[in-house]
Amino acid sequence: MSDTPTPQNTNSAIQFDELPDAPPKRKIKLSLLGKIGVVVLIFWAIVVAIGPMIAPYHEADILDEELFIVPGSDEMYPDTDFQPPSKIVLLGSDYLGRDTLSRILFGARTTIGISFIATTLAYLLGVLLGIAAAVGSKRLDMILSRLNDALLSIPSIMFALVMIAALGSTIPLLILLTGIIYATSVFRIARSLGQEVMVSDFVEAARVRGEGLWWIITREILPNIAMPLATDFGLRFVWVILFISALSFLGLGVQPPMSDWGSMVKENLPGLIYGSVAPIMPALAIATLTISVNMIVDDISAHTGGKLAKRMIA
Amino acid sequence: MLWRALLSRLGISLVTLWVVSVLIFIGTNLLPGDVAQIILGQMATPESTAALRAKLGLDKPPYLQYVVWLQNVAMGDLGISKAGLGAGLGTPIVEILEPRIFNTLRLTGLVTVIVIPISLFLGLIAAMHPGTRLDRAVTFSTLSLISVPDFLVATMLVLIFAVFLGWFPAIVYLRGDETGWVLIKTLAMPILTLVIVASSQIIRMTRATVLNVMSSPYIEMAILKGVPRKRIILRHALFNAVGPIVNVIALNLAWLVGGVVVVEQIFSYPGLAKLMVEGVLMRDLPLVQACAMIFCVTYIVLIFIADMATILSNPRLRHPK
Repeated sequence: MSDTPTPQNTNSAIQFDELPDAPPKRKIKLSLLGKIGVVVLIFWAIVVAIGPMIAPYHEADILDEELFIVPGSDEMYPDTDFQPPSKIVLLGSDYLGRDTLSRILFGARTTIGISFIATTLAYLLGVLLGIAAAVGSKRLDMILSRLNDALLSIPSIMFALVMIAALGSTIPLLILLTGIIYATSVFRIARSLGQEVMVSDFVEAARVRGEGLWWIITREILPNIAMPLATDFGLRFVWVILFISALSFLGLGVQPPMSDWGSMVKENLPGLIYGSVAPIMPALAIATLTISVNMIVDDISAHTGGKLAKRMIA
Repeated sequence: MLWRALLSRLGISLVTLWVVSVLIFIGTNLLPGDVAQIILGQMATPESTAALRAKLGLDKPPYLQYVVWLQNVAMGDLGISKAGLGAGLGTPIVEILEPRIFNTLRLTGLVTVIVIPISLFLGLIAAMHPGTRLDRAVTFSTLSLISVPDFLVATMLVLIFAVFLGWFPAIVYLRGDETGWVLIKTLAMPILTLVIVASSQIIRMTRATVLNVMSSPYIEMAILKGVPRKRIILRHALFNAVGPIVNVIALNLAWLVGGVVVVEQIFSYPGLAKLMVEGVLMRDLPLVQACAMIFCVTYIVLIFIADMATILSNPRLRHPK
């Protein structure tokens, strides 16, 4: 009789010891495509870091004809432009006879750097104003939302064209413009996520407890909206790369002689007819980067219950 | 109740439109230089510039210029093209816009007619068989297509169909009297590019929407009740997916309105987006304002339709508590 309660007691004691721990952290398992995406992304990150150092030539170097002289042939002045890949130029040469590989390695810094800074700016602006709209008064929310809707209802490339024509194409303007344009969609997401959290029970509990607004924002709202925002950052980053490349392609983005993947496609387009790979390589560079980011985001959002897809539609 | 929801959405659209008009007016006024100088060019003396400025109403304060412009636009008068783009000085903008709007509408209209059935079919097929090889193929290829730049799609198509195969011209020359097969051949490349870019978006969103409906509790209930699969999709899922899908289509058409700019440039298609770019380069203020207003009105109308589709197809939103 007296023996039986003891094991029960120890059992419940053990269970109690295990209970108060935080719930186990969810591990995100990436599929094969997601893993490939991570590898490609790391590759481009390394290129951004050390690209100009490992480039065989400088981005603006027009290669000497001597380099292209085939041993044993009596051709003294061979063509240097739109050359096919060889030992001298691993990915061929461009329309001026510059090394495509070197230009891609240099251009990675410009394209990825500008896009990353612009996306970060968009996030700073969008999240700041979005949370302000979510926690602020109804009137503030109304004003910010209407302004945002108005900005959203100007096709972004039109907006950029007008502003660039007015103020000229410089890199700071490009970053600022892209940041503002993409802040509008970040604002929508941050606002709706923030509103969701604001009406939750734990925020109400925090309010009843007497916590201040700042405490609620930093301790309750930000941690709760961080994960969905992080995946959205990836998507937005892809849009920004495509947007800036499109501007460069129209001749309104990064200006020569700086190399940038979008403008590299544009300037080498005539080479397509001769079967040159010069316009295709930078386009492939953009594609590998954006596809790999999208693969990773797709994998992660599949684990967060597809909520992201809903937000993309909204 | 329904009318109230409709009216409030309409009110919001109108307020948005007004804010847009102010933004456009401010934005276009940022353009350096003024039209009087451009028209006069070499002959610009201070006196003649001042005289022309007065004649064009450029000497008035900006807010007055805005009020005058808004009044005229509301009465359907878009003003006179100040740089006279290709049609001589003082041509009414409406005349310049007409053929361009027709061209852009023709392009986007044809794209829409092709895109909607294709993408709905592929999206539904992929959503009905999630995880199969077909679904993965559709998901992977559409994800790749939305990840690559529009101009890559366009140049690859030019490479294949214009350079290697020589089926279609790489640049669009529209005389305006083409019919039948010639017209199709001329428009094939821009249409194909836009169809590929737009459909991959709609396919992805359709798939996501239907999958979302399929994972809802009432579908699970229907499955547990033993309702046949076909009946589940046709009676339970489809009606609930119609609203979101119309929403997706409207949003993508809105995107198409702005997204044509790269395609119209690559193929030098004489549409509205290209006209606006030309207007920006010529600093033809009224023309740019008119084009921007047309784009924004179209966009806002499509967004309004998207919202309405969501409200009308959902009884809970149709009869709010």
